[in-house]
Amino acid sequence: MLSERLRNLSIIDSLLWLLRAGIIVLVLWGSFAGLTQGKHSDESWGQFYNRCTTQTDVGTVECMGKYSTETWRDFAIFGLAQGGIYALIALGYTLVYGVLFMINFAHGEVFMSGAYTAFFVANAFAQNGFLDSNPIVALSIVMLVSMVTSTVVAVLLERIAYRPLRRAPRLVPLITAIGASYFLQYTFRGLYGSGKKVYPDVSILTGKWVIAGIPILKTQVVVFVAAVILMLILYWFVQKTKVGKAMRAVAEDKDVALLMGIDVDRIIVITFATGAAMAGAAGVLYGLLFKQVDFIMGFVPGIKAFTAAVLGGIGNIPGAMVGGLFLGIFESVGPSLFLEGLGIPAAYQLKDVIAFTMLVLVLIFRPSGIMGEALSEKKA
Amino acid sequence: METKQGFDFKSVLNISLLAGGILLYLALVGLLTAFVKRDIIYKTLSLSFALVLISNFVFGYLAARRNSRGNWGYAIGDGVMVGVISTLMLSILVLLVQPLNMRAMFVNASPDLIKALTFNNQEAIMAVNTSGEWGPALATLARMVLTGVAASLVGAITFMLPQRWRKILLTGLVAVITIGTLAELFDDVVTNIFALFGAKKAAKPLLELFFARKGLSVTGAIYTFILTAGISFLWDWRGHTLKERYNTLPQNSQRGVRIGTLVILFAIAIFLPQILGGYLSEIMVTVAIFTLMGFGLNIVVGFAGLLDLGYVAFFAIGAYTMGVLTSTQLSQTTQLSGFGWTFWQALPFAVGMAVLWGIMLGVPVLRMRGDYLAIVTLGFGEIIRVLALSNFLQPSIGGAQGILGIAKPFIFGIELKNSQQLYYLVVAAAALAAFVSWRLRDSRAGRSWMALREDEDVAEAMGINLIKTKLLAFATGAGFSGLAGAIFAAKLTSIYPHSFNLLISINVLSLIIVGGVGSLPGVIIGALALVGLPELLREFSEFRMLIFGALLVTMMLVKPEGFWPAATQKRELHDDELEPESVTEAA
Repeated sequence: MLSERLRNLSIIDSLLWLLRAGIIVLVLWGSFAGLTQGKHSDESWGQFYNRCTTQTDVGTVECMGKYSTETWRDFAIFGLAQGGIYALIALGYTLVYGVLFMINFAHGEVFMSGAYTAFFVANAFAQNGFLDSNPIVALSIVMLVSMVTSTVVAVLLERIAYRPLRRAPRLVPLITAIGASYFLQYTFRGLYGSGKKVYPDVSILTGKWVIAGIPILKTQVVVFVAAVILMLILYWFVQKTKVGKAMRAVAEDKDVALLMGIDVDRIIVITFATGAAMAGAAGVLYGLLFKQVDFIMGFVPGIKAFTAAVLGGIGNIPGAMVGGLFLGIFESVGPSLFLEGLGIPAAYQLKDVIAFTMLVLVLIFRPSGIMGEALSEKKA
Repeated sequence: METKQGFDFKSVLNISLLAGGILLYLALVGLLTAFVKRDIIYKTLSLSFALVLISNFVFGYLAARRNSRGNWGYAIGDGVMVGVISTLMLSILVLLVQPLNMRAMFVNASPDLIKALTFNNQEAIMAVNTSGEWGPALATLARMVLTGVAASLVGAITFMLPQRWRKILLTGLVAVITIGTLAELFDDVVTNIFALFGAKKAAKPLLELFFARKGLSVTGAIYTFILTAGISFLWDWRGHTLKERYNTLPQNSQRGVRIGTLVILFAIAIFLPQILGGYLSEIMVTVAIFTLMGFGLNIVVGFAGLLDLGYVAFFAIGAYTMGVLTSTQLSQTTQLSGFGWTFWQALPFAVGMAVLWGIMLGVPVLRMRGDYLAIVTLGFGEIIRVLALSNFLQPSIGGAQGILGIAKPFIFGIELKNSQQLYYLVVAAAALAAFVSWRLRDSRAGRSWMALREDEDVAEAMGINLIKTKLLAFATGAGFSGLAGAIFAAKLTSIYPHSFNLLISINVLSLIIVGGVGSLPGVIIGALALVGLPELLREFSEFRMLIFGALLVTMMLVKPEGFWPAATQKRELHDDELEPESVTEAA
């Protein structure tokens, strides 16, 4: 049985298997080397283990690589917060892919447009003191502005660039999306300038909360909680409302949906709008977490969110959420965990490499993602 | 559908509002301020204001096309309405810029914008805010509105003209705008041509007839218009008899004419650097490097239908191999001691390395198609860029400090120092790539690629070895890109990771799409249009990507086959329009 399988293995397959094995070995070896950096050369493994498990205050620092347990925990929490943002953007990719089987390459720019526009509102509020006197109202307005801007951009995008091409060969909309992506980036550069803009500090969000004995930056808590709430609302919208049902019907089969009396064009616009609203909200959360916005800020988070969507199984809503959180944590912990273990200097520089490698690997080895159903070749 | 009688007010209003919206967009995005200093007609018309006029002209034309129904009265109404509404919207913007302090948000809502739109009369507008004086402001704006109305009226009237006259008028207008915009360029080129024949002095009086210090002079513009419109008229009148006469020539003479044309073209190519001068040769070298890459990507995307967005990776690999092997100052940024090879020794390794990586990155993606392939290759490109930038690889390739002191190529003992000399090397390389692509296209490999592009499953069923065919495409494409990278490194003598970003991949992809996917002349056309033109308009650089994006979208919507489509592509895309049903099934 096994020998027969081996005989059928082509050269390409074996190369791909080698690649898989190589990466797994690299990651495991790197993590191992990273975590055992504190082992003295003269002590045995048993002594090392005992020292690390008994001494808590000084010893752990050396045992967990260069970082203390607290630092690892902070990495993970930061990863959750940024993962929440990735997940929100990923929803846009997944929703659109689910309905149209197209990668909306310009979705990162939809995210950018909201965040960048909302900055001016946030800044104005900060200058007249409204942001500090009524932080919740002010932030809600900022978020609303961001969501509305993103939605308007996405709806225009769908109407002008995508709808006329719905029946064109597959590469045509992809190239259009790339074009639209650059057009939007440089439009916003022209409108708002090329400099980096810094989101104002919100006074109630400075400092830390102690949750379950762990001190966490307030911004990170708010970003994560807001992301989760928005995702739950979206899930409810898609699963329980009539429009959501229509969306799922269109995703299943456009022609049959049309026969059932669903206005397919309208549902497609709503799908774009919903994804864009999520991206707009993510934009403000991004501004709170990373502070800086500019006109090219959409590209890298866009690619990462796409990775998250693919990771979870593109077209699958819970998949996008899980994929986003997973990617966020992996990216935040990864460089320190296994890249430093491999002896790479300034490993944080390579955090984008981790995300991109992950994207490449998932697409090569499991295009259906963690939670996705197997796509037929025609769709993939 | 009922046909509406009379003047369709609502439809014209829509077009007018759209025209106004476009003008507002152009103003706020900064296009109207970017070109203030470039005069088309000296001290009379700057390129900035010309954009307003062109936009109005186009919308006037469109409005007349949609609504005039052959009635001159309607056409004039269309033109006036489009002009009035669009420029009034612009006037409102001009008046609101200062009271609303729009600059806090829109960086381009600046005094410069007002200056560009009010014929340098910004004081009149400012007076409204400072002293409440409306008179001069309204007079200035009225002047702007009237000019705008005139432009859209001319647009509407142009539509009403018989086709022949319309063509002649448009040729003249386009010629005035082009020659005026690129006045310096024409000035230089004409001087250089005269200098080539040793008659530099004779050029001056001729040029003074047309050009002022900046742009065309007013009389020069009129001469240009009459001259080009006249040529267009003559061609329209006698052109077809010329063609007929050529067709009735005996076979041998036809061949003679063709060979004669080729010889003339070749001679022009040889003397081009002398004709163009240093600055333009520099641009030509850049165009040729992109043409070379275009030919490579054309094999991957155009012939084999594999959408590769990480093409810059091989460009970078070629450049870095050249850098590491030839640099004399390698030890300054890396821990390697220099190899110090010559350009020609390193070139085969640079190309070979790119080919090798083309195959290595090709293997994992053999099973992928369409969008996923595009994204994965994009990922590869980004990974290579981030790696080149990182401290991790700094000991071998210099990290953010890059590699300095790369060798310049020698030919027959002559160092190719400047662009006027490098031109020959790059053009020879591009010509080689063109020749290889042309021969490959109709070979067995080329036909397999096209079969693959049309349908992978069917191609496999026909006995085409998918692995070999795909890898051959990746390898050939990567090889050309590596060659381009090597020349690029030798041209600059220093390379930095920032030169190898995604934009290069997108540029190359755009140029083959704009030229026509799979078409060899299209690559050259695309490179000239997308790489050459923006370089000529320096102020343009900031807006290059904006135009790229808009052009890609428009191209896909209006003319997906490109400017010079390959025969099969053209047929295919026009079949699509005829039978949309069959396409959905294929997709």
